[in-house]
Amino acid sequence: MAKLILSLDGQLIKEFTLSKERTTIGRKPHNDIQIDNLAVSGEHAIIMTILNDSFLEDLGSTNGTLVNGQPVKKHFLQSNDTVEIGKYKLKYLSEAPASMNQAEFEKTMVLRAPAAAAPKQETRSPTDTQTNLQATNVNESVTSGQAAPTSAAAPAPAPKLAQAPTPATVQPAPPAAAAIQGGGTIQILSGPNAGKELPLSKPLTTLGKPGVQVAVIAKRPQGYFITHVEGANFPVVNGKTLDAQAHQLGDHDVIELAGVKMEFFLKP
Amino acid sequence: MSLIASLEMAKATHTGMVRSHNEDSIAIDAEIGLAVLADGMGGYNAGEVASGIATALISSETREAMIRQSPHEVDRTTGSPLATVLLRDIIAKANTSIFQSANSQPQYAGMGTTLVVALFCNNQITIAHIGDSRCYRQRGGKLEQVTRDHSLLQEQIDSGLLTKEAAKRSQNKNLVTRALGIEPAVEAEIHSYPAQEGDIYLICSDGLNDMVEDEDIEMTLEALGANLQLAAEQLVQMANDNGGRDNISVVLIKVKKDFPADEGLFAKFFSWFK
Repeated sequence: MAKLILSLDGQLIKEFTLSKERTTIGRKPHNDIQIDNLAVSGEHAIIMTILNDSFLEDLGSTNGTLVNGQPVKKHFLQSNDTVEIGKYKLKYLSEAPASMNQAEFEKTMVLRAPAAAAPKQETRSPTDTQTNLQATNVNESVTSGQAAPTSAAAPAPAPKLAQAPTPATVQPAPPAAAAIQGGGTIQILSGPNAGKELPLSKPLTTLGKPGVQVAVIAKRPQGYFITHVEGANFPVVNGKTLDAQAHQLGDHDVIELAGVKMEFFLKP
Repeated sequence: MSLIASLEMAKATHTGMVRSHNEDSIAIDAEIGLAVLADGMGGYNAGEVASGIATALISSETREAMIRQSPHEVDRTTGSPLATVLLRDIIAKANTSIFQSANSQPQYAGMGTTLVVALFCNNQITIAHIGDSRCYRQRGGKLEQVTRDHSLLQEQIDSGLLTKEAAKRSQNKNLVTRALGIEPAVEAEIHSYPAQEGDIYLICSDGLNDMVEDEDIEMTLEALGANLQLAAEQLVQMANDNGGRDNISVVLIKVKKDFPADEGLFAKFFSWFK
């Protein structure tokens, strides 16, 4: 279960476990975490905890709430975040994944509304919804007060892709996530684009002429692999015709595709 | 009427890099235009039992039902398209079957599965889903998510508690709010959409979309759409290259040409004036 460690000027004051769905922070005594200091508002902030996730919300306090030095209204807490209220610091530590087998933790579980009475299911805690944090057995269903899902429109689509149908040359694959490592490059050796270089920075780069012959070079953690995509002819690497299987490229391999020769090399 | 000339289908499934066995199950039938994907859950091998029942029962029942009736017609009693009624009934059957096995055999107690069923008919795709397995559509180079997960995270995104970005850092992953076979009855979410020539539909388990960014899926479908089987295998490979923490299943369906239902002469004549 996640916890908060309250400190002042580096001196540890108290530790709080986020065992409730709503944990209140403020100067007044009814708060779960009371900080008796005039810089702290009566009802200063609240932390909502839903299973393994906690959210901090400033309740319109006079002096505000900082997380890692930035003022926040609402914040999705990550482990090791430091919440500052006045001169006080609250360190958020989330232990959930460490306390259980990670693989088990990632297994899909069903969340059921308490109203849909679960037969033979032991009642865990009548008030708290966070009691199943330690559930490592997928047979256990997690009880929660969540409402039924609402339906609405699908999320916005990803941005439009660029397409370059240049004849018999190179068609870079559309923009993708940042590459992990650079290096692989294709240099065209023949045809009108001879001399041109194409860095293989994307996870996938297609080469060739759509409808005639296309091959793809996939950038993988193990290296660069060329695979035939479409067309009657298969790509030729170093004079050898490939089959349908992916073929790992070596430095200075020469590829022939749709009548164009190109060289693959690794930039240092 | 066979849809083989109009639809191209490919599938790939993999245990991933971490799990010991594959609890996903997929079935495709291009002839009747059906694709089914289920991501099972439950201890030991119960997850694969649940997903296996779901795909086997839904494919055989749908095939049988399509001999008796054409899904593009309208159900006379409810006024809903028959495809919707048909899928709803068959999914209810699958739910009962899994729920009963789970209750009668202690080793299967608590098993369940997510589900996506896509049925193509009369230039339409009807998608039924339960849980967090997804259907995407690639059209005009753009990838769009068609289904919305029945999951805690999706509810939090909907309520504004989390942004889509923040959801990736959540520790409440993999909590579904609906599953097949867990309770005596379940409601599948069913919608129909017009299908267009050139569309590519992707049905996947969360092992894909948790490991591969939407942009990379889009790029793969764009680059390798001409070779559907390669695209399916590439997606699985990308998920594994990124860690493969869960089972990964992918079904791809490409609409090669339109597929109007065989209608009577009158209906054809009438459709002229629409």
